[in-house]
Amino acid sequence: MENQEKLDEFQARIDAGEKIEPKDWMPERYRQQLIRMMSQHAHSEIVGMLPEGNWIERAPSLKRKLVLLAKVQDEAGHGLYLYSATETLGIDRSELVDQYLYGNAKYSSIFNYPTMTYADICAIGWLVDGAAIVNQTMLARSSYGPYSRANVRICKEESFHKKQGYEMLAKMASGTPEQQKMAQDAVNRWWWPSLMMFGPHDSDSPNSAELIKWQVKLKTNDELRQHFVDRMVMEAEAIDVTLPDPDLTYNEETGHWDFGEIPWDEFWNVVKGNGIMNRDRMKARRSAHENGEWVREAAVEYARKKKLREEKAS
Amino acid sequence: MSTATKELTKQEAFLTYLLRLADDRLILGQRNSEWCGHGPQLEEDLAIANISLDLIGHATALYEYAAEVEDEGHDEDHFAYFRDDREFTNLQLCELPKGDFGFTIARQFLFSAFSYFQYERLKEAQDEQFTGMVNKHLKEIKYHLRHSREWVLRLGDGTEESHNRIQESFDELWMYTDELFYMDEVDEWMIKEGLGVDSSEFKDEWKKLVEDTLTEATLTVPDWDQFMMSGSRKGIHTEHLGHMLAQMQFLRRSYPDAEWK
Repeated sequence: MENQEKLDEFQARIDAGEKIEPKDWMPERYRQQLIRMMSQHAHSEIVGMLPEGNWIERAPSLKRKLVLLAKVQDEAGHGLYLYSATETLGIDRSELVDQYLYGNAKYSSIFNYPTMTYADICAIGWLVDGAAIVNQTMLARSSYGPYSRANVRICKEESFHKKQGYEMLAKMASGTPEQQKMAQDAVNRWWWPSLMMFGPHDSDSPNSAELIKWQVKLKTNDELRQHFVDRMVMEAEAIDVTLPDPDLTYNEETGHWDFGEIPWDEFWNVVKGNGIMNRDRMKARRSAHENGEWVREAAVEYARKKKLREEKAS
Repeated sequence: MSTATKELTKQEAFLTYLLRLADDRLILGQRNSEWCGHGPQLEEDLAIANISLDLIGHATALYEYAAEVEDEGHDEDHFAYFRDDREFTNLQLCELPKGDFGFTIARQFLFSAFSYFQYERLKEAQDEQFTGMVNKHLKEIKYHLRHSREWVLRLGDGTEESHNRIQESFDELWMYTDELFYMDEVDEWMIKEGLGVDSSEFKDEWKKLVEDTLTEATLTVPDWDQFMMSGSRKGIHTEHLGHMLAQMQFLRRSYPDAEWK
């Protein structure tokens, strides 16, 4: 029963900065919000393997091929422990996977953009992983214990990914004229989508207030986005790439960088499924799932037979 | 010991030996990496990416050493990105398309089992730099063998469908297995110098491991006496390799003067 007393008690724990653990009492709505957020995070890690995987086979040096493979492998790992963390809320991974392959569950829209050149891989490392780190550093202090711990681990690896992307982008930005052009073009295409990763403006974000009250999130979308912009302006300057926003100006009063209006029409359009790669991403994930069914069935059947043999033997 | 045209030097033989080892690993690693994001379950996405990473890592170390042995100022990327099909000496087994998951597993098992016996003996090579590499890679090869062997058992003794699928994969792959044991003047040189292994010494052990595993997996061991492919160590390949190289090398070759490391 969710009587007021219990809710107050729960809120008091949150306000005292205590972590909520799987066996603790929690409001049903808290559980549902976490399942939504955490599984969306997991799905994003998995779909995120596709745009980057697109360049593993064509990576321009053995070192870069290894770096990219390791990165994509890390993402599969993140997906795996985020699913496990979500399962602590009493839902099966298979159900979660079905929700995004055949239902309404979402993943981050950023992965519906195409990786057209190798510089996109570097820009993703710098901007997309950079944005993810800002978000996940906050989530590492989230009130739900398993989610908080998963994010601590993820952040460590993401920081490494970001560093690798940034370094290679810097190399390209100071490389041959073709490399410089490729690097700038990638930044031009990934800048705005990376700002969109923080979600709509606070005024258009229906879940924010509740999530902040429960300390699932500790900052609003706009606060996180501003933090990201401030950092990226400095980092862009350091490697001589231009951020494609003529309105970027330092605001002496606030101490932050003001930036232009995000193309929200494009954002909502991609969310609705009309990004260049939405259909391909879903097709690829569905076909991996469906083509793998016989393998998963075989593993289950083999385990069953093996157990039966062991029982007979004893 | 001598070829029709010229005498093979020890340096040339060692270079060729290292490149053969490296090419196998690069090409198989590259092929396996196609699974990234498309595996039958998340755990296998991780495992196959991990195996690819190991294989390409082994290839990179071998190419680096090959560049030292060659001593012409090349780096590891030279061998991967600036050679053509006829210069690649990887096994045809490694270049075949990835097929279904069972095909990938069957191939990995055959290859990893061979690598295991080969590297167990290469540990004794009279070259510390080389054996340092061999010892490090052997640990990972053991994991690849265990992982692929377990999946051969699961698929072979799983459902009727998985049994039939992996049986078909082994049947298809069989004619590419004889090349694992191919030896020529390069190997003779290396054996004489204490740097290489005589693969005929462990052929029976390898066959026994393969036969025992297939039998345990309730699979039929295909006929060892059937027609067997040959030529890969001399740069003769299926048409699949050229397409793989085109994809792998295009960016690097389009901008050869750029720094890509």
